[in-house]
Amino acid sequence: MNLKATAASSTSDGTSDSSAPRRNSKKPKYSRFTQQELPACKPILTPGWVISTFAVVGIIFIPIGLASLFASQRVVEIVDRYDIDCIPETLRNDKLAFIQSRETNKTCTRSLTVPMDMKSPIYVYYELDNFYQNHRRYVKSRNDKQLQSKKNENETSSCDPEANASNGLPIVPCGLIAWSLFNDTYRFSLSSKVLEVNKKNIAWKSDQGHKFGDDVYPKNFQSGGLIGGAKLNASKPLSEQEDLIVWMRTAALPTFRKLWGKIEVDLEANEQITVVIQNNYNTYSFGGKKKLVLSTTSWIGGKNDFLGVAYLTVGGLCLFLAISFILLYFARPRPLGDPSFLSWNSDPAGHMN
Amino acid sequence: MTSGQPLLSSSFHASDPSSGFPTPPSNISSFSCLCHTASSASSNFEDALSHSIDIKDGDPVAIEDKVCSQTIAVESDSAVTTDQFQPVDSQLFQQFLLECPRQEVKRVLSWGTMEVHNNSTSFEISGTSLGQEKLNKSQRIHHKSMQFEDAFSSEENPRLIYINDPRRTNDKYEFTGNEIRTSKYTIITFLPKNLFIQFHRVAYLYFLAIAALNQLPPLAVFGRTVSLFPLLFVLVVTAIKDGYEDWRRHRSDRKENNREARVLQSGRFVMKKWKKIRAGEVVKICVDETIPCDMVLLGTSDPNGIAYIQTMNLDGESNLKTRYARQETTSTDFEGGTISGLIRCEQPNRNIYEFTANMEFNGHRVPLSQSNIILRGCQLKNTDWAVGVVVYAGQETKAMLNSTASPSKRSKLENYMNRETMWLSVFLFVMCAVVALGMGLWLERHKDQLDTLPYYRRIYFKNGLDNRKTYKYYGLVMEIFFSFLSSIIVFQIMIPISLYITMELVRLGQSYFMIEDAQMYDSSSDSRFQCRSLNINEDLGQIRYVFSDKTGTLTENKMEFRKASINGKNYASPSHTTDHPLQEITSAERTERQRWKLKSEINVDSELVALLTKDLAGVERNAAHEFFLTLAACNTVIPMVTQRLSSSCVDSGLHEVEAIDYQGESPDEQALVAAASAYGYTLIERTTGHIVVDVNGERLRLELLGLHEFDSVRKRMSVVIRFPNNAVKVLVKGADSSMFNILAEVAANADPRDAVSVNIRHATQNHLFEYSSQGLRTLVVAAKDLTDEELEEWQCRYEEASTSLTERSTKLRQTAALIECDLNLLGATAIEDKLQDGVPEAIESLRQAGIKVWVLTGDKQETAISIGLSCKLLTQNMQHIIINGTSEEECRNLLADAKAKYGIKPAKCRNKNLKRKKNVDSEYVEIPDDTRTSNVSEPANGLQGVRQVRGASNVSQQRHAGKAAGMTNTPLALIIDGNSLVYILEKDLEPELFDLATSCRVVLCCRVAPLQKAGMVDLIKSRTSDMTLAIGDGANDVSMIQMADVGVGICGQEGRQAVMASDFAMGQFRFLKRLLLVHGHWNYQRVGYLVLYNFYRNAVFVLMLFWYILCTAFSTTSALTDWSSVFYSVIYTSVPTIVVGILDKDLSHKTLLQHPKLYGAGHRQESYNMNLFWITMIDTLWQSLVLFYIPLFTYRNSQIDIWSMGSLWTISVVVLVNVHLAMDIQRWVLITHIATWGSIIITYACMVILDSIPAFPNYWTIYHLALSPTYWLTILLITIVALLPRFLFKVMQQTFWPSDIQIAREAEILRKLPNQLGLKPDQDSS
Repeated sequence: MNLKATAASSTSDGTSDSSAPRRNSKKPKYSRFTQQELPACKPILTPGWVISTFAVVGIIFIPIGLASLFASQRVVEIVDRYDIDCIPETLRNDKLAFIQSRETNKTCTRSLTVPMDMKSPIYVYYELDNFYQNHRRYVKSRNDKQLQSKKNENETSSCDPEANASNGLPIVPCGLIAWSLFNDTYRFSLSSKVLEVNKKNIAWKSDQGHKFGDDVYPKNFQSGGLIGGAKLNASKPLSEQEDLIVWMRTAALPTFRKLWGKIEVDLEANEQITVVIQNNYNTYSFGGKKKLVLSTTSWIGGKNDFLGVAYLTVGGLCLFLAISFILLYFARPRPLGDPSFLSWNSDPAGHMN
Repeated sequence: MTSGQPLLSSSFHASDPSSGFPTPPSNISSFSCLCHTASSASSNFEDALSHSIDIKDGDPVAIEDKVCSQTIAVESDSAVTTDQFQPVDSQLFQQFLLECPRQEVKRVLSWGTMEVHNNSTSFEISGTSLGQEKLNKSQRIHHKSMQFEDAFSSEENPRLIYINDPRRTNDKYEFTGNEIRTSKYTIITFLPKNLFIQFHRVAYLYFLAIAALNQLPPLAVFGRTVSLFPLLFVLVVTAIKDGYEDWRRHRSDRKENNREARVLQSGRFVMKKWKKIRAGEVVKICVDETIPCDMVLLGTSDPNGIAYIQTMNLDGESNLKTRYARQETTSTDFEGGTISGLIRCEQPNRNIYEFTANMEFNGHRVPLSQSNIILRGCQLKNTDWAVGVVVYAGQETKAMLNSTASPSKRSKLENYMNRETMWLSVFLFVMCAVVALGMGLWLERHKDQLDTLPYYRRIYFKNGLDNRKTYKYYGLVMEIFFSFLSSIIVFQIMIPISLYITMELVRLGQSYFMIEDAQMYDSSSDSRFQCRSLNINEDLGQIRYVFSDKTGTLTENKMEFRKASINGKNYASPSHTTDHPLQEITSAERTERQRWKLKSEINVDSELVALLTKDLAGVERNAAHEFFLTLAACNTVIPMVTQRLSSSCVDSGLHEVEAIDYQGESPDEQALVAAASAYGYTLIERTTGHIVVDVNGERLRLELLGLHEFDSVRKRMSVVIRFPNNAVKVLVKGADSSMFNILAEVAANADPRDAVSVNIRHATQNHLFEYSSQGLRTLVVAAKDLTDEELEEWQCRYEEASTSLTERSTKLRQTAALIECDLNLLGATAIEDKLQDGVPEAIESLRQAGIKVWVLTGDKQETAISIGLSCKLLTQNMQHIIINGTSEEECRNLLADAKAKYGIKPAKCRNKNLKRKKNVDSEYVEIPDDTRTSNVSEPANGLQGVRQVRGASNVSQQRHAGKAAGMTNTPLALIIDGNSLVYILEKDLEPELFDLATSCRVVLCCRVAPLQKAGMVDLIKSRTSDMTLAIGDGANDVSMIQMADVGVGICGQEGRQAVMASDFAMGQFRFLKRLLLVHGHWNYQRVGYLVLYNFYRNAVFVLMLFWYILCTAFSTTSALTDWSSVFYSVIYTSVPTIVVGILDKDLSHKTLLQHPKLYGAGHRQESYNMNLFWITMIDTLWQSLVLFYIPLFTYRNSQIDIWSMGSLWTISVVVLVNVHLAMDIQRWVLITHIATWGSIIITYACMVILDSIPAFPNYWTIYHLALSPTYWLTILLITIVALLPRFLFKVMQQTFWPSDIQIAREAEILRKLPNQLGLKPDQDSS
């Protein structure tokens, strides 16, 4: 684009008829603003600007793409789906009965192989699928006031159907989100040595500090007819219930991961990690998958090649366009501002081809 | 020609149409209700006389006039000529009456907005244009029904006013007091009434419905307060605006109501506030006071009961009008004496040119008419006092009844916009249906799990499973229905309601710049451009037809005495180029007499001055003397003498001069009187009894025995005066057509004196022909001595006629005929109505821009043609088609012949073309014939697609074919007169005229009545989709101005009536060029882009939400916070669109003015059309997909929460739409930068604020996001990927299919030599 600050045309024609200035004349006062003659830059798409625009985009995008692709490639990720495998084969016909029964042993042991060296911290996620945490009924089913402060304990509006316990007292924390808190647990061990999982600082500091009060303790939680998920330690204030805080930051998409903890030791390639899973959470009723994810991180986040690929593609396309336009302008130049291209100057037939 | 004369003079008495036309005793000339029919008939006669070249019956025949012994081309053989002569006053005149049934007239009437006053059978047109060419130019000609008296007496419900008995008057009837209220509200009614008025807008109802829906618990998509925010916002803003306006009205009302006037109370006039005045009271007005209510005049300071009033506030005419008190009441002593009487008048109506009433006074019953009332708002002038009785007060006064606003117009673009809004509604419906259907299917699929589904949980489990109480579940069907409704709430901004508010603001800003444009300021009248209508700014960029009035619009309507033919000799005032001020020439000869200083100065012919100052009494000298005496005496001009000090450059000292200002109803008369004064015949004093003329320093007191005012039947006026030496003369001046028939008869080849007078007559006629072909307005002056017998007979009849109560004007006309015969020709005058500055250039530019300029004038044909030539409307190489028909059949034949001769395609063929054009939806309209080398202007804009180019080329081929058959490339000019239009503007001939007129380069309509002007506009408007613009300055243009798509008023000499009815008003015709080519172009580009952009802006947002909803099990969740959703169109993105809509401009005004053809972009609808809409929608779809899917893929399998995602989407969409806008901005000024980038910054600021409130679930989101590079990279990627196709498209289009505007823009910016562009385009415009 051609940036030219054209100096506003001078005022000679505008003031010519003001030779006889009158008192109280209605003549508009001259100003560049009112005469729409403010200095302005008027960009136009010259070949130079077009080519350099494409070239610049290409030149910026390709390195970014390469960098993010590289970063993404360096992230080591172990994903293990266990929702089916953790049900004894004999009971797989009726998963729902298995998960809903109080008697069945839900412990399950999985063995994971570390594909590459993993630098600490290694994040432990659980991934749920087909779980619409973004459903409107679900998203709204919470009360932020109640979570914030003890004095708002009775604020249970919009929490139905998990607002009040059967005795009529308010449930703290109320609502479907809290009620459906994820309750699988994982214990990691590396060659029979327990791998400590740090469950602190997995939630946002801002949430802990301001949204979940340190004087709010769980009450009447999971006391209804239907147990939705995890129970909470009634002696710990909500601000310290980090699993709850993470859970209550509802996911944007029906497939989502949530941070469960951090392993703060490096892992080496081909090490075998044993995970003992308490498979409590019922995703079988809606056919949701459960996965355990161990992942390192990079500046780009988790393992996701999309950004890198997209940047590379767009950058490449722009470079290609830049080159094509260079050729094009050589092959078929159109002089800019050539009056012979004006519709009333050109032969009408000329436009047909 | 003499062959016609005896016929006429003999038939004059017998066939005077008096019996058929009892007209009210009005001093304003009145004539029949079929005025245009009748007058057109007589005008046709004039046309014949003044040697026009017409087509009659298809074969123009040149015949030699026997008497004139001079070859003139008359359009028909002599038989037809005699036929034509007859109608003037007699047979055909009545014949027309019979032929022209009332229904037709009513139909004609219904074109305009002029009142069709259906009180019994009386109706009227205000201000026909007939007077224009005559002396009484601006005189309102009105007429009443034949059954004037009957109609009134049969009026069922007359208003009874007991004079000076307000109690009795107001007891029986509920008349309003004189308090006026223009304000709409009081403090108590403000809120409900204002809300009521506001909710008349569909937009607000839509807002309300959405907000109401959101209040229902199952549908509460947004928080309740949030959803009310947009509605409350617009309501409050509008209410504040309305409240302020109303407060100002209250203030002015209060001021008006508390003014004081003298009211008769128990025999004395005491001051009383206006608001206390009641109907029936007697009020006294002193000089220069404003009249507080509509009153019937009872008496004035003038013994004859004359009062002069200025009606500036009412109809805007600045001249004085005379009003009369009835003779019966003038002598009454008001103060002290008791007066009583009863006035029966019609119910209040808004017709200011009519008043029907009668009065019982002292046992007499006298009729009252419009000339007997003075109206509220007028000012009393030149009369010491006037006393009247209040008949209408307050809201019932004509001024108040007339103060309603003119009907609002809607722009063409807005109509298209509404069509596209319907499409958007369809999209909205489809999206909602998809969501609802998806919801239904999803519920059906999961119906077994719903009870326990963690994110749905249909039932309570409080008291065990047995209690099946459901939570917010209303059954499948209802859920689908609610889902539909709640998706309407989420997608509500798909219908861009905010666009209507944005457009209003943008137009306001555009109007500001138009008003402030220094180059549309007229210094002579100190008037700026005015925008009276804010709805149609963008229509100015698409005007295809301009209908222009002539007098006062193309011309200045400042009459200047130019030439005189005296005694057969031509005298010409030197033109302005050799400017000799009055003093220079005259000072040497008559310094001592130089007492009278005129406000306008006139150049005099020195030869003529010499002749006048010669002492010897020759024939020439006498003729000249009488000639100027007639000019000075035979008129209705009132001299107003004012003392003032003036420094004369001759005396080089201060001395007192008496300046004379002539006030009169007709500018022509004023010009003549001023001219007479310049030649030493200064009119000093005029009363009803005598006239004083200063003849070269000597005061000549002439006794005024009688005066026959101008009327449009006689087309002349005369005065009978007695000279100091007791000689009595009748002095006559009038239109040439009416004067030559009443000249003294001369037998050819008789004695030498007669031969001389024959020669003079021929010479004068030659001069008249010459004058009118130069575009001058002509009058013939004649006089004769009256013998005592003639005088006696006349005086007797005159007395009787002027005091008669019935048919006064008819009787007066008969009386006039007694003396207006056998006159001696003195000479003729020529008055120039000067062309305004820059008119030819403006017309030429408009024509190059592809705008057809049609001139509709009340003038006669030759004047119209000559003006047409002088303003370059007509050129010599044009083929003139002249249609002058006197019957329907004749007109039909003339039209058919013309069409056959020039090979004009019949209507059907063209219609087919039109239809096809419509199908392609480009509505390509042919460019007028001025592009002779290339007849078709190609839409070079690639956006419009190939089909259109094809369509255009088809049209061009057909046009070429038509041309070939029609033999000629010569541009055609159609000249048609009002008489023919009477027949043609019937349904069956209208298409013919339309075909013919649209094939002509120029159309000139002469002698058209106001409603015919509107009819011509309607002819185009009803048959094409082309935009029409009407421009005029007088009341006779009002109907045309209101009929046209865009009405432009010229604030000129003829008052403000046209301005009041117009959408835009300006001082000069030439500003039209700048208005259309520059501001029209800009406004069209701006608004066109604004609309498309707003559609895009809202749709991209809604589509993004829609894609997300598909990922939330159709549950209408919005990832965006409520406030962001609401702020999006109100705060985040609204300001840049408004700024760009006001400030952006593609080309500088210089380029636009230099290349008028760039205006064609508006004709081709390049800025807004259906194709552009669909392209924009496809682009929108792409951009919304990018917006949605890039974050989706980027954050797939991550732990991103819904609010972070929403935050990302919010900022992405705001950045995207603003960068999109930035890409299209053509002119970056500081404000644009601030608005565009500021919006993005403001959005961030809002999000930071919203995310800092712990009560919101989205607390702290933005802080977390901003730390991650992925967030920023995602935004960058979205912006680039979303805009890449658009940018590519733009580049390709500009490279391969550049539009005219773009090329001009490149030339303007790169070369900085705009002239180079002009080398070619101008060559084919001649």
